[in-house]
Amino acid sequence: MTAEPILSADALVKHFPITKGAIRKKTIGTVNAVNGISIGVAPGETLGLVGESGCGKSTAGRTLLKLLEPTAGNVWYDGRDITGLTKREMVPLRRELQMIFQDPYSSLNPRHTVGSIISAPYEVQKIDPPGGVKRAVQETMERVGLNPEHYNRYPNEFSGGQRQRIGIARAVTLRPKVVVCDEPVSALDVSIQAQVINLLQDLQDEFGIAYVFVAHDLSVVRQMSHRVAVMYLGSIVEITDRDSLYAKPLHPYTHALMSAVPVPDPRVEATRERIVLQGDLPSPINLPSGCVFHTRCFRAQDRCRMEVPLLLEYSPGHQVACHYPVTESLGSELIVGPDSGLVELQAPMVQPPSEVIADMESAGSSRPEGVDYAGDPNTFREGDW
Amino acid sequence: MSTVTEPVVPPVVDEPVTGMSLRALAWRRLRRDRGAMFAMYLLIFIFLTAIFTPLIVSLLGLDPYAFDGTALDPSQGSLPAGPWGGASLDHPLGVEPLTGRDLLARLLYGARVSLFIALTSVVIIAVIGTTIGIVAGYKGGWLDTIIGRSTDLLLAFPFFLMLIALSPVLTQRLEAAGLSPEAARIGYLILVFAFFGWPYLARLIRGQVLSLREREFVEAAVASGAPTRRILFKEMLPNLWAPIIVYVTISMPTLIAAEAVLSYLGVGIIEPTPSWGKMLADSVRYFAVVPTYLFIPGTALFIVVYAFNVFGDAVRDALDPRTGRGTR
Repeated sequence: MTAEPILSADALVKHFPITKGAIRKKTIGTVNAVNGISIGVAPGETLGLVGESGCGKSTAGRTLLKLLEPTAGNVWYDGRDITGLTKREMVPLRRELQMIFQDPYSSLNPRHTVGSIISAPYEVQKIDPPGGVKRAVQETMERVGLNPEHYNRYPNEFSGGQRQRIGIARAVTLRPKVVVCDEPVSALDVSIQAQVINLLQDLQDEFGIAYVFVAHDLSVVRQMSHRVAVMYLGSIVEITDRDSLYAKPLHPYTHALMSAVPVPDPRVEATRERIVLQGDLPSPINLPSGCVFHTRCFRAQDRCRMEVPLLLEYSPGHQVACHYPVTESLGSELIVGPDSGLVELQAPMVQPPSEVIADMESAGSSRPEGVDYAGDPNTFREGDW
Repeated sequence: MSTVTEPVVPPVVDEPVTGMSLRALAWRRLRRDRGAMFAMYLLIFIFLTAIFTPLIVSLLGLDPYAFDGTALDPSQGSLPAGPWGGASLDHPLGVEPLTGRDLLARLLYGARVSLFIALTSVVIIAVIGTTIGIVAGYKGGWLDTIIGRSTDLLLAFPFFLMLIALSPVLTQRLEAAGLSPEAARIGYLILVFAFFGWPYLARLIRGQVLSLREREFVEAAVASGAPTRRILFKEMLPNLWAPIIVYVTISMPTLIAAEAVLSYLGVGIIEPTPSWGKMLADSVRYFAVVPTYLFIPGTALFIVVYAFNVFGDAVRDALDPRTGRGTR
């Protein structure tokens, strides 16, 4: 990390109690959603937060904004400890800390016009911009690629991508310092994803916004982030800058994640070795002992079952929480590494090489044996990213 | 006008780019439903008649309270003279047995009383039920538990029994508070309907709020620093109009019928004020000799209740979000 972080978490913990009984509540268990993570984001920087569904990345994002009260640990904003602030004390900070949501359908009130949705932050914060709220809102609409004349329209008249732009306009209209993006593109189709990502990057360049970018899509995170933190079951297992993560991942889980990304080259896809994790994500109610990943790790040893690995610096700026980090090449990093160049790989996809066609013809209509098809549900058992 | 610089943004008035709100879409759907539109015009007609009853009745030269001995046949024990319940040019729908009071005038004045009671009760129910339902659903926790248990308690009450048992005591109290006997009876009915009516709506609203509060736009409001009051009444309430409107239109006929039943049982409206329930109660005794006396308030009650039900159903269909996202 080069600059001082503007928003950071220090050993942040968020547990949800499981209660029973209506009046006298008894706690019968705890969902350990976030277990002591320390992350920070500098002004104008994007921190990617990746992991599979249920790993606590969204909870971490919400707790950073104090939309959820942290169970333990501290949240710092602009050199100030905001952990203990009440809801009322948080209100003035809300204009600098904003959020973009995953679902462009549920995140916009269907009964409000676009204008009233985007102007709500002005009303709540009692800000009267020069030239009036309406004009400021319409400028923001124009900035995010919406037609300002659609001020009085209702969200149901817009497509998913446009609705996400409305959500982005609402988040950035007060020029916040930090925006937590909770899977902002995962509900959109791929062509729209690229537009929205470009918009987010342009806004960052223009206003110097720091993003905490929560996502499960490794290629999206790679496109967006300066630094990436990989989460598994409420803990950070690896954190480093984007290039070293994709070039030289150290944690076995990171390798597994990268290995799950399909490669748009049938020759590589057919021959490469994939790391397929066994079993499901363990329950966050009963965390595994030792390293939380040991139940599914292909490198697990006895030590991993007993001893919790600390997040230690392996090389400058590259921290990993693993007793046996992957230092040799497993192949996965090469495929999605920064040099692979997705554009180059598109050519053989359009016109398959002759030997592949010959292969296919000799095998008849059935597919060649031993080929791992990414789309086949029997061989692709990688959770839901 | 002095030299005011032209605003950069063109005013919306010039070129109306306003979209279709969900309300406008629902209205469009409702308008396509012929039965519903007929019921709606019927209800508008009924309400207008109720509002202008005194004017209409005096224009027709009628009086709901005046006794008319000439319309009665003393040889038959003061039954209405002539066929069809004594219908004539003076009394278009006939007269009441024994007194000779005009039935059309009493029917119109009765509608006024019945609709007033039902409408006032339903407004009070809507306000109390919605407020309590929203708060219980959004706040949750012990507040929700307490509200939930109290609504259970109220719903478990033998409502009609309590209504009859409490009637003398409460009406006396209201009279002691300075109301006329007539107003005290009406006030009593409204009070009781409202008191026992809100829990149903509160439950309905609470359920809706439980699902609404998980929607991300609520979290977005929290994230921009909105106070709870704003979230409840600016973010949630606009999404609750559909169930509230449906509940109100569906409860109107129930309340009108309930008022009729109570007046029939002698707990509701008293002489000389006319009410449909009381007319029905009186007419039963004369059914064998003057059947029209029963059919007149009965048909009126049927038409109003039916119109409300048809309209209420159509409104629910029109507002149902499952009927599409506006692409119809």
